[in-house]
Amino acid sequence: MKKITLLLLVIMASLGVKAQTADEILENYFENIGGLENLKSIQGIKMTAKVSQQGMEIPLEIFQFSDGKQMTVINFQGKEIKQGVFDGETLWGHNFMTMKAEKNDAETTANMKLNSNDFPDSFIDYKDKGYTVELLGNETIDGAETFKIKLTKEPVTIDGNKEDDVSFYFFDKENFVPIAIQKEIKAGQGKGMISEVTMSDYQEVDGIYFPFSMTQGVKGQPGAPLTITTIELNPEVDASVFTFPAE
Amino acid sequence: MKKIILVCGFLFVAFSFQLSAQEEIVLNGKELFGDISARHIGPALMSGRINDLENHPTNNRIIYAGTAGGGVWKSNDGGTTFNPIFDDYCQSIGVVTIDPNDPDNTIYVGTGETWTRNSVSIGDGMYKSIDGGANWTKMGFEKSERITSIVVNPKNSKEIYVGVLGALWGDSEDRGVYKTTDGGVTWNKILYTNQKTGCSDLLMDPNNSNILYASMWEFRRTGWSFKSGGESSALYKSTDGGINWRKIQKGFPEGKLGRLGIAIAKSNSNILYTVIEAEKDEKKGLYRSDDAGESWKQLNNDFGITVRPFYFSRIVVDPKNPEVVVKGGLSGSISRDGGKTFKNLGEMHSDIHDVTFDINDSDRMYAGTDGGVYRSWNGGTTMEIVENLPLSQFYHVSVDNAEPYNVYGGLQDNGSWYGPSSSPGGIQARDWNSIGNGDGFRVLKHPTKNIIYSEMQGAENVWRYDVEHKRVKTIQPLPQKGVEKLRFNWNAPMATSAHQPDRFYMGSQFLHKSEDMGDTWKIISPDLTTNDPLKQGQENSGGLSKDNSGAENHTTIFTIAESPLDANVIWVGTDDGNVQVTEDGGKTWTNTVDNINGLPKNTWTYHIEASSFDKGTAYAVFDGHTMNDMKPYAYKTTDFGKTWKNIISDDVVGFVRNIQEDYVNPDLLFLGTEFGLYITVNGGKNWNKFTNNMPSVAVHFIDLQKQTNDLVMGTHGRGVIIIDDISPLREINQDLLHKNLYFFKNEPTVIFEEGSFSGSFGAETQFVGENPSRAVQLKYYLKKRHTFGKMSLEIQDLEGNVLSELGPGKSKGINIVNWNYRMKQPKTAKGKTFSFGGFTAPKVQAGTYKAVLKKGKETFEHTFDVIYDPKSTLSEKDREVKHNTIMKMYDMTQELAYMVYEMDEIIAKAKELKLKKVLTKLNELKETLVITTGDNYVGSAEPQLREKMADLYSKLATNYDKPSNSELESLSIIVERFETAKTEYSKIKKKVKFLNNLQLKPFDEFVK
Repeated sequence: MKKITLLLLVIMASLGVKAQTADEILENYFENIGGLENLKSIQGIKMTAKVSQQGMEIPLEIFQFSDGKQMTVINFQGKEIKQGVFDGETLWGHNFMTMKAEKNDAETTANMKLNSNDFPDSFIDYKDKGYTVELLGNETIDGAETFKIKLTKEPVTIDGNKEDDVSFYFFDKENFVPIAIQKEIKAGQGKGMISEVTMSDYQEVDGIYFPFSMTQGVKGQPGAPLTITTIELNPEVDASVFTFPAE
Repeated sequence: MKKIILVCGFLFVAFSFQLSAQEEIVLNGKELFGDISARHIGPALMSGRINDLENHPTNNRIIYAGTAGGGVWKSNDGGTTFNPIFDDYCQSIGVVTIDPNDPDNTIYVGTGETWTRNSVSIGDGMYKSIDGGANWTKMGFEKSERITSIVVNPKNSKEIYVGVLGALWGDSEDRGVYKTTDGGVTWNKILYTNQKTGCSDLLMDPNNSNILYASMWEFRRTGWSFKSGGESSALYKSTDGGINWRKIQKGFPEGKLGRLGIAIAKSNSNILYTVIEAEKDEKKGLYRSDDAGESWKQLNNDFGITVRPFYFSRIVVDPKNPEVVVKGGLSGSISRDGGKTFKNLGEMHSDIHDVTFDINDSDRMYAGTDGGVYRSWNGGTTMEIVENLPLSQFYHVSVDNAEPYNVYGGLQDNGSWYGPSSSPGGIQARDWNSIGNGDGFRVLKHPTKNIIYSEMQGAENVWRYDVEHKRVKTIQPLPQKGVEKLRFNWNAPMATSAHQPDRFYMGSQFLHKSEDMGDTWKIISPDLTTNDPLKQGQENSGGLSKDNSGAENHTTIFTIAESPLDANVIWVGTDDGNVQVTEDGGKTWTNTVDNINGLPKNTWTYHIEASSFDKGTAYAVFDGHTMNDMKPYAYKTTDFGKTWKNIISDDVVGFVRNIQEDYVNPDLLFLGTEFGLYITVNGGKNWNKFTNNMPSVAVHFIDLQKQTNDLVMGTHGRGVIIIDDISPLREINQDLLHKNLYFFKNEPTVIFEEGSFSGSFGAETQFVGENPSRAVQLKYYLKKRHTFGKMSLEIQDLEGNVLSELGPGKSKGINIVNWNYRMKQPKTAKGKTFSFGGFTAPKVQAGTYKAVLKKGKETFEHTFDVIYDPKSTLSEKDREVKHNTIMKMYDMTQELAYMVYEMDEIIAKAKELKLKKVLTKLNELKETLVITTGDNYVGSAEPQLREKMADLYSKLATNYDKPSNSELESLSIIVERFETAKTEYSKIKKKVKFLNNLQLKPFDEFVK
């Protein structure tokens, strides 16, 4: 009898009959990728990656820190071009023509500043940050069953108007990790279309799992794959590299 | 205990079943189709029918368009461009309403077009979004068929009124006015007349939410007639939130009423307008009330006001001025004297269904027409079209065998067109060619000559267009001596033959055949229809307003299919439900419809597909919606119609318009329904809905292009949609589905060498159709989505040299990875600026290559061929010279890169050691090798060896041709200069004593 009950329990568990709440899904997620406390203890991350497109292989280094500092360094023909550099106050990048640093517009910078508290994961302590999370239901993404979770962050400013900052995360039902994020494009030529990033190749780095492959694009169209070769946690980086350079 | 054991037993059974080796895998569409995705090519230049426009009440950048067959579109730039936000749901829209209390987020959509023309689709209920249209939930009203109005109390979001027009083709109790006070959890029907009468307009007084106005309309369509009006049509008012209603018709004409449009002035809610369809022509037209509906006065009955009430009854009052009134119509009319006199709105596509005013500036107006959305900046005088709404409503589509192939088709109220399936820079508005006037239907290319057949409604004209000489001729079958009047369907069938290129068929009630491209016609059948006189009263159609457009012509032939295997076997289907076949070229005919079990009598035979595998085999699909029967019907015969087998499964939703058989695998079938595309890989045992970038749009016609295996769909609301290369679906079977990973076959891929100038001048706000991929497409099936662990994909030559690394797809189901038959770009020397030529990646030679996919510990390999364009004029020897020259320059570029790298390392060390002499010499040499000053634009410096080398390399690598003499001469100069530099460098290097102490990367590692 005991045996049968046990078996029954195992089968029931594997069938996932229990209804999930958004918080339970997030709890499972944090647990499965290495634990919330471990995740919170990360101060910074450096990703070495490449984007392959049309025979062009573009090497990238992506830096992100807990105080919001971040940057992407692209290497073209041995030259380093920085994009999306943020020192906590100023967002800037190199112009591809002059290769000189130029600041982003004030609205983009202000919106970027709102993300300063999102490292390493927007969902950590989301309630304290004033975010809301909602389980919308199930959806099939990349052929896999997922939970669709809506994340609403601080409102952003778009062309002078305040708008909600909403994104949709799709957590794989099998292992509770996000495999896709969708978001409405708010500015530029693609405004109004839905952007989609899919994630895979989760691998362990110092006890925490990260997706080593991300494909970015517009929903419904083929995206550009980003392959991460190494991830380094808490890298040593001089703060000056994030500072907007004086002429 | 017993119970538990029972449950256990049940689970064990389930478990052991799962463990058995060949358990059948049944995947749904989202699990199977993976990266196979639809591409939309529009066109958008003539756009399509709009049902309802809705402006945001406080933010004039936001506008919604509810379309007749293309879903809901949202603009967030004041109507400059729109994006679709309702693709997963019914695309036929009745009304879009924003909750005035939460206008940024809460939106309601009532489905089902409300302008009830013959080709109108159906809705499937009401939907709500609470996030500005990103997600939708259904709120019931599944059987409402068409919702005209949704009104939210501006002070209470939970109080909502819904006006349901309801079923068009039959009786229904799902009509009238409904109310909820709990946000849609429970609904009460608060106004209902009878099974024939629905709510055509519902308004709330903007100053008093208890005051409601509702117009009720008695109406009915059949396949052969339309009737507007009756005793039950009326205008009602309630002053207690819908508890009590009374008729307010003081001043109305006597007798029966038809469709009544109503409008209320926002700036003075005592002023109401109504447009009345009445028995007597002189009593029709615009009426006005200045006492909140208590009494009415007729003001105008111009043509523009009274024309086709079932199609145009929208009245709109300028929110800032109660005297400015707009009425939808053939051209649309505007009055600035309170409805006494009208002038036409500015020139735009005809048939105006809705007009709105900007919330801040009444000079800014928007109009929804049969040809898209228009904007005006001057109060409706000049209209400009929104250019990115691909809402074209195809009745039919066909393809030719050109490269790239062309797509042909006819559209509701928008003529006939053809355009390319691919064009430099994408398929733009200017790529489309007009090939017929009026409403367009079937368009066919002559099988061998550069001639196109097209037609307009009821075969009033059938055109034969000589494309090359630009000669148009009409060739429709004419009345013949001793033959009764010909009856052609609104959408009259035509067909060409696979056996005789000049043969051309048309169907009236008879089958007409011509052997000379329509110059001479011969009738080769008796009347193949039921010839039921009760269904032949077109000229009396319309009800209170006669509407003899020809749209209700009935008892006609609707589909013709000559067997591709035997010209004597011809199938004919009729709109009154016959399925006729001849096996002797028309001498004798057999009606086989009685052999079909389960099909209601007289159900419209919408399409017959003659099999390309066996002459006795055919497929027939039936559409019962004009008899109020929305069920799907599809049947297959293998014995000339003696027996028919049902091939529809429970998976299919929506009535069926078309079926297409694959040319290779007879079990692979494609089904076009009112709510999208379904595909079966097992002859109809299961159908999968295809949803990858494919809206739930009505698919009226499907064709399969033979050379490319592209599935081409004519949709009635979203233009032409193509699924490129469906060949992987031919291989799907149970064995394959049980494999962890399976590479599908690759046909050899042609290295694309065509070039052109794709200027996109003026296309910034235009819809541009997607092009197909020209790359090698590696396609594989994954049994399970790859989420954890490494997965990589390399392209190697047969010796195992890595040519390219690709990002593999990870989806469960079919993955597609593109490789553009290029190697990596060369490693280029580092300078102050970029060498743009160095970004060119060289194409590989024609030959066999392999894809090596590593997933965890497993490795999968797949070989495939790339070939040169057979049309190319280059010889094998030319190719050899070309490739060798490019690779020589590729190697030189990398050699120079390594040299400069080495120099930079030496320079750095020399600086450290303060070795001035070496420094000077090295810097001098380096300045001749790479650019060391300037920028990448107009501040650029004089090009040096790196730039010259890379530019010539790029010129050769991107050129289709072999290297010219002048290019080879240029190359020799570069080689010479490089040799001199190398000699100079080795001289300097000899003097560098610390050279061996430098930790230099070896060449192979450097270029990696």
